[in-house]
Amino acid sequence: MERVIAFPLMGNYYVPSSFLFSKISDCEILKPPPITSKTIELGSKNSPDFVCTPFKYTLGTYIECLEMGANTLIQMGGGCRYGYYFELQQKILSDLGYKFEYFNLVSMGHADLKNIYKIIKKINPKLNKIKSLYYFCLTIKMVKYMDKVEDYIRQNVAYEEEKGKLNQLFDSMLDDFNMVKTFIGLNRVYHKYKKLIESVKLNKPKNNIKIGIIGELYTLMEPFANNNLEHLLENYGVEIKRFTNVTYLLFEKGKKTKKYLKKLDNVKYKMGADAMDNIYYTKYLIENNYDGIIHIKSSFCTPEIGNMGIIGKMCEESDMPVLFISTDTNTSNVGFETRIEAFYDMIEMRKKNG
Amino acid sequence: MKIGIPRSLYYYYFKDLWQYFFEYLNIEVIVSPETNKQIMDLGVKYSNDEMCLSMKNYIGHIAYLKDKCTHILIPRIDNYGLSNQTCTNFLSTYDIINNIFDINILNYNINLKNNETELKGFLNIGRKLGINKKYIKDAYIYARVKSSKIKKEKVLKNLKNLRSDKRKILLVGHPYNIYDKLIGEPIINMLKSLNIEIIYCDLFYTKNEYDRYSKGLYWKYNKENISSISKCIDRIDGIIFLSSFPCGPDSLVNELVIRKLDKPYINIIVDDVESSGGIETRIESFVDIVNEL
Repeated sequence: MERVIAFPLMGNYYVPSSFLFSKISDCEILKPPPITSKTIELGSKNSPDFVCTPFKYTLGTYIECLEMGANTLIQMGGGCRYGYYFELQQKILSDLGYKFEYFNLVSMGHADLKNIYKIIKKINPKLNKIKSLYYFCLTIKMVKYMDKVEDYIRQNVAYEEEKGKLNQLFDSMLDDFNMVKTFIGLNRVYHKYKKLIESVKLNKPKNNIKIGIIGELYTLMEPFANNNLEHLLENYGVEIKRFTNVTYLLFEKGKKTKKYLKKLDNVKYKMGADAMDNIYYTKYLIENNYDGIIHIKSSFCTPEIGNMGIIGKMCEESDMPVLFISTDTNTSNVGFETRIEAFYDMIEMRKKNG
Repeated sequence: MKIGIPRSLYYYYFKDLWQYFFEYLNIEVIVSPETNKQIMDLGVKYSNDEMCLSMKNYIGHIAYLKDKCTHILIPRIDNYGLSNQTCTNFLSTYDIINNIFDINILNYNINLKNNETELKGFLNIGRKLGINKKYIKDAYIYARVKSSKIKKEKVLKNLKNLRSDKRKILLVGHPYNIYDKLIGEPIINMLKSLNIEIIYCDLFYTKNEYDRYSKGLYWKYNKENISSISKCIDRIDGIIFLSSFPCGPDSLVNELVIRKLDKPYINIIVDDVESSGGIETRIESFVDIVNEL
């Protein structure tokens, strides 16, 4: 039986992960269908009641992929509750009668390269150690480039003269990334598009509105989970600052958290997951004169619930507007849009009145 | 000097240890009373509305204590090794409380990954209170021996109950929920009045015997709960899962265990609803099922 691999969606990170798996294994890779309200319905119907929302999203995606013929599921895993998703999801899916193999790469928030190699060896027994390491490094570089470009786009997309140009370039960059075979090729593609993207004409006013978005990682990075928050803000002409991305989570978090903790005087310990990081970001945004903060998380996210009180207090003391949003499986975004619009109006008025 | 200990969360894991430790040092201790309506309301008032019920309860106890003592004891438990982690609420209580209330906090940290043991934590407390290092060590050993003796007696009693002729129900939940006056005690009283022998999940000596239900579990307290199930599953007639709304680790682990159980069970989730009518009906019908077996 031939393997068909599937993994859950998160933002644009489908591109590098499918690139990696297509290089190190010869199995077919199934592109999961985009998340829709049907996905969420499937997920939440089969999930426990008060599990955090990413569980429901990924479970829904898995069910849809299994229906489409996938037989090997891969979950990234991580710290907090995320490292434990796989065991329950495996049980739920096999109770539903599907036949599949399920691999979890990281458990307990502790990435062990040896362990990951063993798991991938199971998927592809003919795996070549050196070749796979090469492509692993290439993928890491790709993710780093992606995050860099996306960061630039987030800051400037609201002000481009020709609407949609930046996103169009970004999409074609991702397409070209898929064709890459070596580091030289990757660098060439990146620099080509970097030049193109930076040459897009911008119409950026000096006194523009800047908003920082912080919160729980999945909700921040998956546009469907946050009701397209970034797109909504772009339409209002807002410069967005988002700290959380895969580069940060995988390669920088370990070093940076200690630095952050030293700079904070109201927090003594790491508070689990990204809670302390978000408090530091709040401090950063306040010190760098941003105009507002949006804190978004999936409901029942324990670490973020813990830091909400502290962030609220910090913002109150420094007169910083902050909006707390908790998303769940509801898919109508009318109420959501109203809240963002009101928040934006309030910031704009504050800015006008000095 | 007067040290306040909130009767919630950590208290149910460390109460004997703390009591004997401070008794040896001759320091006056005030423990907040059993949870009542007033304390719960204080907790709801000061906490974030999405926090779990046990956390609200904890904050309520601290709000009650804040003017009645000089220090409040709030430990922080990060982990007991890589595969023995705790809920993130245990990591963040210190900082949450420190930012809500303006109080003197006596704090120690347990993080075995970084070699911060319990004894080191207690020595830290001693330094803050200005007490001789040797004296603290003596007090800690005294408290450890005394408290483990008490635990032993309780475990023996629990094991003895397993041999009783009555119908036996295992109560699975975190001790801070089971023994709380508002959360767990109504359920215990109900079961007792229905002539049921209750077996408590925290009163066992377990050594990671959770393989039967879960392979990759890494939460210490859930591990203990699940181990107790596999320890006595053959000798009990039913299981009650008790968790507070919305408990993070329980939401995943209980669901997984329930899917693998072959005994009658009931999953009770307690919120800060005041009427106990619903729970009473559910417990009664569950006991009826157990009695029919």
